[in-house]
Amino acid sequence: MATLQLSNIVKTFDKLTTLHGVDLSVSSGEFVVFVGPSGCGKSTLLRIISGLEPTTSGDILIDGQRVNEVSAAHRGCSMVFQSYALYPHMSVYDNMAFGLENLGVAKPGIEAKVQAAAKLLQLDALLQRKPTQLSGGQRQRVAIGRSIVREPKLFLFDEPLSNLDAELRVSMRSEIRDLHARLGATMIYVTHDQVEAMTMADKIVVLRAGRIEQTGTPLELYNRPCNRFVAGFIGSPRMNFVPVAQLPDTTPGTHTVGIRPEHAQLSEQGLLRMAVTQVEQLGSASVLRGNVGPEVPFELILNGQTSIQRGDVVNVSAPPEHMHCFDQAGVRL
Amino acid sequence: MLNFLLRRRGRSRLHWTDWASYAYLLLGLLVMFGPVLWLVMSSFKTESALSQFPPTFLPYSQKTAMVAGHEQPLPLFTVKDEQGRSRELAQVRRIGIVATMVDPKQPDTEIRVGINERKPVNELKFASGNYTELFGKFAFGTYLWNSVFITVVATLITLLINSMAAFALSKYQFTGQKTVFVMIIATLMIPPTIILVPAFLVVSGMGLLNNLWGVILPAVATPTGVFLLRQYMLTIPDELLEAARMDNASEWRIYWKIVLPLAAPAMAVLAIFSFMWRWNDFLWPLIVLSKSEHFTLQLALNSFQGELNTQWHYLLAMTVITLVPITIVFTFLQKYIATGIAGAGVK
Repeated sequence: MATLQLSNIVKTFDKLTTLHGVDLSVSSGEFVVFVGPSGCGKSTLLRIISGLEPTTSGDILIDGQRVNEVSAAHRGCSMVFQSYALYPHMSVYDNMAFGLENLGVAKPGIEAKVQAAAKLLQLDALLQRKPTQLSGGQRQRVAIGRSIVREPKLFLFDEPLSNLDAELRVSMRSEIRDLHARLGATMIYVTHDQVEAMTMADKIVVLRAGRIEQTGTPLELYNRPCNRFVAGFIGSPRMNFVPVAQLPDTTPGTHTVGIRPEHAQLSEQGLLRMAVTQVEQLGSASVLRGNVGPEVPFELILNGQTSIQRGDVVNVSAPPEHMHCFDQAGVRL
Repeated sequence: MLNFLLRRRGRSRLHWTDWASYAYLLLGLLVMFGPVLWLVMSSFKTESALSQFPPTFLPYSQKTAMVAGHEQPLPLFTVKDEQGRSRELAQVRRIGIVATMVDPKQPDTEIRVGINERKPVNELKFASGNYTELFGKFAFGTYLWNSVFITVVATLITLLINSMAAFALSKYQFTGQKTVFVMIIATLMIPPTIILVPAFLVVSGMGLLNNLWGVILPAVATPTGVFLLRQYMLTIPDELLEAARMDNASEWRIYWKIVLPLAAPAMAVLAIFSFMWRWNDFLWPLIVLSKSEHFTLQLALNSFQGELNTQWHYLLAMTVITLVPITIVFTFLQKYIATGIAGAGVK
């Protein structure tokens, strides 16, 4: 249960600057997700917070204390790695006990903590197995258990679910969410998957090319993205971007209008004429894809099933409150 | 096991490549194993059996019998008498080309037989006395102890030092890392004979002449070992070390508890190499050790030739004993060589 403060973090590798002055504030008990495309610097930021990478300049404050010079072990953070990084030659019990042994905790104390964590994560039957004898999901839980056992101030997750299959990912997502609810700990989670971000976070930090694009709750980012990048990144399927020429009634200065597929509607008075090129029937919904102009793709989700077919031309509109206007630079108006 | 030995390519009959393969393998087996087998068999021959010509493979020795009226057992020969029957006679003495022989059942009648008319009766006799007498005659136990001490201690120190160097060179980034590594490898280019005299001067200056430590210490840091272990440690994922650092492990604990156990296959390979080098090492111990109570087995074997006008049977027996420890070590650790070298890179 700790607060985190990042102040103007700059990170340079040789001549390449990967983080350009990142400022962030995380309150105690919050679940913060760093999300962004590959190479945006989110893993680097996480490693800087953990202490595995030094920062070129800027301050890191955990619970108000400046920890720039403090080594990774002493910051009170624990990390769950993307590849789990379990010690392959040690049993599950030893993997979880390793950290406590290094701290000099007495054997009975270690036993109690490991058993408690194992019970929490349903690992009690697996304590004597080696990591190679476990499935992906089980290994993931051991990695999480290893973090829990140390009772850290800050939990750090580095894309922990990306090595799991889709179904397991969904169940592990809710498990991690439950864990957060139970432990009430401050957790920082890195992912490139915006669905994970939306479903798990109390606060999302969207990063691109080493800069924070927007910080806010999931719904804030969904309803009021502050620039075109965030608008296109958050929300699945992706927001449609239409040049303003096709939609004249918008705020002056608009260059592009964004409309989410789920907000677009078929209407007779619709100003957009869409030539349908693909129809996907999901049963509960239908996805129409097509073009509303030369090289302007558009996607539309309708409830229920539809009789519209490939080659049809339909009129599309969107309610004004769901039209997001962006200027030439991509900033929201 | 049988399945493995009788593997073949053809389905029911042997393919021609099977014939070729087996012929080749058999030839290899004979060439490699034949001399060893010969050595072991010969070590069980008595001195006289060794000097027999033509030499036999199995240790045959002439049968002897106790005959009344003679204190020593007499050698037995088969002799064909005038009727063409074969009789076994014991030889009392031989002067020139005539042998005086006696029937063991009728010890009083002496028969004269020409030496070309008799054939020795041979029996299979394993002269285990060759081995047992060794321990009594020469300070064999001392030599064995010296060899074992040098080999085991040198291997342990080699493993420790080389793994520490390999760990530093593979898992840490520091200025000059590449330079240091290249320098270590470059020493492989120096023939050992060049550094013999300087090494001798150093060892003598340290007062380690005629001391087992003078044999152990100079060659403890091997570039081959460092290279082998470094290459293997490079395949240990860095994330494991990071996870250990996050787990509050000191660098020593990371080395001792994480990296060393994971590098076990490569360490086993190095242990085998080190064992082999040290056990068979001849030149350096010859230079450093001058008192015979410090001799290793190899030096002792060498000193047998010349001083004692080569008592071949003892020499052979000692050679066989010298071979045994290395064979045992190899048998136990050999599975690591294949998996260790091939496994580098498999996670």
